[in-house]
Amino acid sequence: MSQPVTTTIDVNGHSCRIWTKGSGPKLGFLAGLGGLPRWLPFLDRLAEGRTVIAPSLPGYPGATGHTELDTHLDWILAVRQLVDGAGLSGADLVGASVGGAFAAEMAAIFPGQVRRLALIAPFGLFDDKEPAADPWAQRKDVLPGLLCADAANWNELVAPPEGANSVEWPIEMTRASEAAARAFWPLGNTRLEKRLRLISAPTLILWGDRDALLPPSYAVKFAEGINKGNNGATRVETVGNAGHLAYLDQPDAVAKAVLGHFA
Amino acid sequence: MKLMWFHLMPYTELPEDFNRKHPSVWVDIHSSLFDPRRAHHMYNDFMDELEYAAELGYDAICVNEHHSNGYGLMPSPNLIASSLARRTTDTALCVMGNSLALYNPPTRVAEEFAMIDCISGGRLIAGFPVGSPMDTCYAYGQNPSLLRERYLEAHDLVKRAWTEKDTFAFNGRYNQQRYVNIWPRPIQNEPHPPIWIPGGGSVETWRWCAEMDYVYCYLSYYGYKAGLATMQGFWNEMEKLGKDRNPYRAGFLQFVGVAESRQQALDLYTEPAEYFYGRCLHVDARFATPPGYTTEATQRAGIQSMVSKAANTASYSSKLSMKATNMKDIVDGGYVIVGSPDEVVEQIRNVATSLNVGHLMLLLQYGNMSKDTTKYNTRLFAEKVMPKVKDLFGEWEDKWWPKPMAKGQRAAVPPFRPQTVAAE
Repeated sequence: MSQPVTTTIDVNGHSCRIWTKGSGPKLGFLAGLGGLPRWLPFLDRLAEGRTVIAPSLPGYPGATGHTELDTHLDWILAVRQLVDGAGLSGADLVGASVGGAFAAEMAAIFPGQVRRLALIAPFGLFDDKEPAADPWAQRKDVLPGLLCADAANWNELVAPPEGANSVEWPIEMTRASEAAARAFWPLGNTRLEKRLRLISAPTLILWGDRDALLPPSYAVKFAEGINKGNNGATRVETVGNAGHLAYLDQPDAVAKAVLGHFA
Repeated sequence: MKLMWFHLMPYTELPEDFNRKHPSVWVDIHSSLFDPRRAHHMYNDFMDELEYAAELGYDAICVNEHHSNGYGLMPSPNLIASSLARRTTDTALCVMGNSLALYNPPTRVAEEFAMIDCISGGRLIAGFPVGSPMDTCYAYGQNPSLLRERYLEAHDLVKRAWTEKDTFAFNGRYNQQRYVNIWPRPIQNEPHPPIWIPGGGSVETWRWCAEMDYVYCYLSYYGYKAGLATMQGFWNEMEKLGKDRNPYRAGFLQFVGVAESRQQALDLYTEPAEYFYGRCLHVDARFATPPGYTTEATQRAGIQSMVSKAANTASYSSKLSMKATNMKDIVDGGYVIVGSPDEVVEQIRNVATSLNVGHLMLLLQYGNMSKDTTKYNTRLFAEKVMPKVKDLFGEWEDKWWPKPMAKGQRAAVPPFRPQTVAAE
């Protein structure tokens, strides 16, 4: 697995990493909980036919500046600056989990920014009847199984690579969790429901059938919300044997579905 | 030195099998365990005990704030303090304290503390804790990544509300209020009631207390042995900052059980101590580390110096992992000081001098200790221990103690007489 090209851009005076790999039409990826502490097989699959551009959101690995962001508007404007700065204006956009909520916001609030949209178990809604689990109140041994169908896939994501700074690495992982909490505490509900109908980009919603964090039934709520507007092209697909971060559990199947939607 | 009597107000009837059947005493403790009719008696017993301590001459009585907590039945310590203000006369009232970020607007704290200060004739000590993760982030849903910033801003707002003479607009990052102008205003207005900060062992908190000239309090349940490294860290930092070693810059919490003999003390206090360290501290670890609650500087200090107890005890997860629950380990670990009056005197003098702490907050009621035993412990300590430790630190001035109105100027509070008695 060759490494991506690393560049950075400045958002509110803080450096944010952009990873780029592949060739062909641009495709943006906003990662889920934990961010991208390392390049992923899933992104390699996408890069086979596309130029994959993955900006790190403030506070996630490779980026700082989450502490500047106090409100949801602050976050949305930071993501907008990242998406623009990464050259993703008008490109296809994939967002997962916490990144999925922001990808949906981009498509809703800045409709010209996103050509086609793919959401993988996005945050942003909360249903009292089917409450989402709390990612920030879990014992260490329970969390991996909450985020991936195969706990080993999460552990592999966050394991320190050879030569990592043993002091700073765990702090970076905690910072990623804090960044997610800063934007989504306590329920993950950003009132995205009110804006879903503004999404006009054709949208694919993917959900792992074993998502233990956000109930897979939320996929239908997203589709219904988006379809209240003028978007007739929303589809829901279930990813078999995959958890919340389905792109870690089933990289090939998720990449294939995404590429099919963007074709 | 000052000897202060602290009540946590634990629910005293958690079942024997609590730890096996329930995941946590805090945050999601089940409502079926709470009997309001029993709690009626507990609250009244606890308030009797606080009033009794005041009668016996303790320098202060102390209350604190917890939420959704089986060992702390005071979501609002201000309610208790206002009642104590009417039922005590000279004792300082230490509210330890109000978690500032939980009040919206935080002006509420400035007002309620001013009320307590007025009612009590200027006897308030104003404690401003950040609050535990369980209270603030989980039970009260506060964002851990914003909590400290909100706390610091709320502190600024409260202090301005107390000290500025004219109505002002507060234009904060998290709080905006066009008209801040509290009525009532505190009696202690030169410049404001003493502010005490309970905190973990973070260098940032120590520096802030030094800069603001506040009392730093280390309120651990694990006693003087575990607290030594933290207090040494505090005093080292004070020295670096050019501050004197005035022991009244610091407060420390210590459990004590005193009886005629050591064996009698063990007989009396084993059950309540084991109840406290067993059932009351049975907190689910999933509520210990909300991301962002612990600053990165403190995390870094904790990782870099695994041997440094000061840093380790700063995190709730490591506090919870200490967990001795049988009396031998509880006593050996120094969590609870037990013994005859003379043995306790020796240990208290040792604790105060080795930690250099002028404000000793004593927990003489803990766990399911009955009112009778609590009063016995409280009385024996007051009669046989207090006189032999009071002299400590006499050479230092306590600049952080309440300055009440002169006794002759204060309102005479008529003694409380229940109707049945009055009719006789």
